[in-house]
Amino acid sequence: MVELVIFVLMGSGALAGGVTVVMARNPVRSAMGMLGSLVSLAVIYVVNLAHLVAAVQVVVYAGAVLTLFLFVIMFIGVDRAEDTSETIPLQRKLVAGLALVVAVGAAVLVWRGRFSWTPAAAESVPIPNGTVQALGGELFTTWVLGVEITALLLTIAAVGAIALAFYRRSGKASAEK
Amino acid sequence: MDWIDLLLVAVRVVGVFVLLLLLTVVNIWMERKVVADMQSRLGPMRAGPWGILQTVADGLKLFFKEHITPRKVDLGAYLLAPFLAVVPAFLIFMMVPLGPGLEIGGRSLPLQGADLNIGLLFILAMSSMAVYAVVLAGWSSGSKYPLLGGVRATAQAISYEAAMGLAMVAVVMFSATAPGVDSGTLSLAEIVERQSGTWSGAVGFLDPVLGYIPRWNVFPQVVAFVIFFIAAVAETNRAPFDLVEAEQEIVGGFHTEYSGIRFAMFFLAEYINIFSMCAIAATLFLGGWNGPVWEGVVPGWMSAILPVVWLLLKSYVLVVVFFWIRATLPRLRYDQLMTLGWKRLIPLSMLWLVISTVVIGFRHFGLPFVG
Repeated sequence: MVELVIFVLMGSGALAGGVTVVMARNPVRSAMGMLGSLVSLAVIYVVNLAHLVAAVQVVVYAGAVLTLFLFVIMFIGVDRAEDTSETIPLQRKLVAGLALVVAVGAAVLVWRGRFSWTPAAAESVPIPNGTVQALGGELFTTWVLGVEITALLLTIAAVGAIALAFYRRSGKASAEK
Repeated sequence: MDWIDLLLVAVRVVGVFVLLLLLTVVNIWMERKVVADMQSRLGPMRAGPWGILQTVADGLKLFFKEHITPRKVDLGAYLLAPFLAVVPAFLIFMMVPLGPGLEIGGRSLPLQGADLNIGLLFILAMSSMAVYAVVLAGWSSGSKYPLLGGVRATAQAISYEAAMGLAMVAVVMFSATAPGVDSGTLSLAEIVERQSGTWSGAVGFLDPVLGYIPRWNVFPQVVAFVIFFIAAVAETNRAPFDLVEAEQEIVGGFHTEYSGIRFAMFFLAEYINIFSMCAIAATLFLGGWNGPVWEGVVPGWMSAILPVVWLLLKSYVLVVVFFWIRATLPRLRYDQLMTLGWKRLIPLSMLWLVISTVVIGFRHFGLPFVG
């Protein structure tokens, strides 16, 4: 019961945040909407016993990524009027079409009885263990190759970003000297 | 879990809350007195003996002051920001274990707001949420100086959080290899318990001396401690890292447009954060509530509260260092702030992490590093 209440509260919080991100006129408000959405999701993770994921969600996304967003927004200037002309042609029509497809699909699923609003029997699902010890043990034994490859990929991405930022054509660089 | 347990949880949380408020009232007075002493002044002397009631008087004054809301503010964010400052500040202190826990009538009462198994990550998460208060306040005020303060706050928080996190990682790694444990922990209560006892037996030939030195993390992790402390000063926006509210440059920074109780909330949050950061530093590095309790020598109730006294003493030593730094060092320039953060502290903490990991690995597993 408590879970359901928290789910409804936080779920609607996440949705409201998402709508704010898209609809807000001011980019700072969009960022705040995103913050609300991220924190609501973190609470849902806690309810599902995934403590580590929840903490990482807040530390990484809310704490670091979104702070960088805000920093960039403030540097570019929050008062500048936004350019609302659309650069991707047919965007709205495509989105409307996709939304229609999803709605029809969902309606068909409900109508054919393939979808039930009550979750499957709870006994069949093992209780997850989302503590740091359990998740860390899994990550660094069973999935260690994936973790290491991801780490390598991220390092390459960071180095690449720095290299691109400092890239000068060799001819120009020597001319400047 | 019956209603008495629920009541105990409520008592715990309210108790920590009240204790924190009282400590903060004392802290504000203490800062004024300590800084005054260092500058050969008297400081507050009128309200109560030695001016100890000055903070109460100031608080009452701020409470009854008129709220002035500038015309260009973004009202929602403007009103929300002070609360965003205070809430994470309180939540951080909830993680600090104040003592080993009491047994009352068969029920255990841990002297801690909450013991999460992700305690350290929670602290990091909350301290990164605290920056939103400053940013929102700066932006929503609709005025130039607060906005500048807000932008500075963002950059500063990102820069120093990384160094602080890396210093914490070194401690977690170290406490994972304490004798008699088989895995690491992020719970602060556990980290404190692993610092009990002395260093006896750690390094063979130093044994006669090590028997008298408590098993605090600060001795092997002194570099991490210094990094953590510098980052803590920067995270709390204190001098010499107070660019966010630099009076000489940007008036009051992010809180320029706030008055009355809303300003008081920012003020309160800053002092709460100072004490929490010192208490966390004491917990991670100085053994937390560990200390002699002289069980059987002194009355039982005294043994029960002595750990709390030890933690408060250790925290207050660090708090005074905070004030000392403020009274001594001039404010950094913006580029110096960034240089110190990115080019000094973060590389140093990474280097320290590598060194300390290699040493821990060698001591724990032997040479080829295979268990």
